[in-house]
Amino acid sequence: MYVAVKGGEAAIANAHALLADRRRGDRSVPALRIDQIVEQLGLAVDRAMGEGSLYDKELAALALVQARGDLIEAIFLVRAYRTTLPRFGYSHPVETGEMLIERRISATFKDLPGGQMLGPTFDYTHRLLDPSIVSGDVPEPITRSEEPSRSPRVTDLLAHEGLIEPDFGTADPTEDREVGDLTREPLDFPLDRDLRLQALARGDEGFLLALGYSTQRGYGRSHPFVGEIRIGEVAVEFDVPELGFAVNLGRIRVTECQMVNQFKGSAKVPPQFTRGYGLVFGQAERKAMAMSLVDRALRAKEFGEDITAPAQDEEFVISHSDNVQATGFVEHLKLPHYVDFQAELDLIRRMRAEHEAVAVKEAAE
Amino acid sequence: MNAVAQYNFAYLDEQTKRMIRRAILKAIAIPGYQVPFSSREMPMPYGWGTGGVQVTASIIGPQDVLKVIDQGADDTTNAVSIRAFFAKVAQVETTTHTADATIIQTRHRIPEKPLGRGQILVYQVPIPEPLRFLEPRETETRKMHALEEYGLMHVKLYEDIARHGRIATTYAYPVKVEGRYVMDPSPTPKFDNPKMHMSEALQLFGAGREHRIYAVPPHTEVVSLDFEDHPFEIQHFEEPCALCGAEQVYLDEVILDDRGGHMYVCSDTDNCEERREAGHVGVLGTPQEAAE
Repeated sequence: MYVAVKGGEAAIANAHALLADRRRGDRSVPALRIDQIVEQLGLAVDRAMGEGSLYDKELAALALVQARGDLIEAIFLVRAYRTTLPRFGYSHPVETGEMLIERRISATFKDLPGGQMLGPTFDYTHRLLDPSIVSGDVPEPITRSEEPSRSPRVTDLLAHEGLIEPDFGTADPTEDREVGDLTREPLDFPLDRDLRLQALARGDEGFLLALGYSTQRGYGRSHPFVGEIRIGEVAVEFDVPELGFAVNLGRIRVTECQMVNQFKGSAKVPPQFTRGYGLVFGQAERKAMAMSLVDRALRAKEFGEDITAPAQDEEFVISHSDNVQATGFVEHLKLPHYVDFQAELDLIRRMRAEHEAVAVKEAAE
Repeated sequence: MNAVAQYNFAYLDEQTKRMIRRAILKAIAIPGYQVPFSSREMPMPYGWGTGGVQVTASIIGPQDVLKVIDQGADDTTNAVSIRAFFAKVAQVETTTHTADATIIQTRHRIPEKPLGRGQILVYQVPIPEPLRFLEPRETETRKMHALEEYGLMHVKLYEDIARHGRIATTYAYPVKVEGRYVMDPSPTPKFDNPKMHMSEALQLFGAGREHRIYAVPPHTEVVSLDFEDHPFEIQHFEEPCALCGAEQVYLDEVILDDRGGHMYVCSDTDNCEERREAGHVGVLGTPQEAAE
């Protein structure tokens, strides 16, 4: 006697109880504290904040624990919370030229005003597993001996000579247009660069990394140089209508990458370098670099370049860069599809029966 | 962090609901046309019904009675999950009975019982664009809709006939709405297409990940695309439901053993239960009293 499967509700409750149990793991091991994650898994927190599009370290850390360390799941948790928050307005653009710098490097100049500063980087570490991290001595905290000197952005230095296109690219700076907001308006292709950059800033690091890499291997080559990467804190200023002036809301840590790319020039514009831009919450150098490569690739149309590679294809890149959307749709394949599958089964059986009938008939002839 | 747990009635804030309602009204005014809307992240993944959930959240009121089905069944896990979500964030009454529901959110099926005036059927839509698999670019498909250029779709259906001797689309079978827009009925089996035609209920379609809402108002023409010499036809099952003996309904195949044994049962679980309660018994079913 067949009994239709029942009890989805109980199964879900049981599954969630088991998930909570496995998340906590061995009870004799102390539970992770949020501050431990904020302090010691800072780059994971940064990625959850960046792709979650919400600058809140504690919530990102909570999301990471709740997601058992699954970054995309943590990003999803942050996004789902973010979308419920009221929108007060928009801050002024952050002034990265005024950044309190912790790391700043340029690959295009040996030395430059403000100097090169390696900062807390994995670069030049030898990738040898180091057991002393968990058992060894803890060195004294390092504090900066002196205030960093002002470091003008490399692109601003180049701009003095007109060697590089201006910040706003080929857009008309006198045109008074509002910056779009992809979280409030549906994307309407083709996009302007402001919306593209927003999408890239919250885009999946792995996806952008692969696309950026592809441009280096000839799929939409753009001759990039790292003009500058800078990591540090910038002030966020917000206009309060009642006051009539901008108020400093606090500081956020960001990573900015300015890629300097070749451009031949045209009849109207003398030869100048072009730019790819990346700006990401927290310390996220790989992401910022990949973002700036992809930003430049996506500007192909603006510069009249042939669109031949995936990284240059705006609809392809932007429609698939969001990992919360991507993971949802890929994983939805595990939901039941038996109604549609039944329709396909029915069709394939009919087609096979016809095929067989023809074969039998031919054999008889 | 206590503030995290505080949500508005039906989860979405009123501003967002208003934005979605505007999109719905526009969709109703232009049947079959895909209206872009600013889809929100929902607390369930994209691709799991976020479009339908946002539509339902925007139209539901405290007096509504909600039914949620997935694959025709009320007890599939995702249907259970979405029903529980609305029971929690909107405290609405829920039901499994098609006739009692004012709003029915569905994935992949239309209930067998004809829907009546005042009922709203909310479809969860994965890919709203019927032309998407013929032309991946939104900029292109938008133009094709604007120019009513649907030749490509007919070519696709014709190629099916040339290759397989029949139209090989069995679900998400394209329809033309009110003689104008070609529309994806969401991946319902083509068996359900005729139910959309001149329905008394309002049919709303939400695609969250793709940021689109579209609608078929009551008493609207919905015609499945076909050719004069290859008219549209729905699936026919050789046997009736093994539990309730229903014919002319959509059936699921259930595998009984590893020797090819199988049976067919109603996909619409509510319809099947009501029939059995009314005394209908299939070949493998037991009379309702005996089963108690």
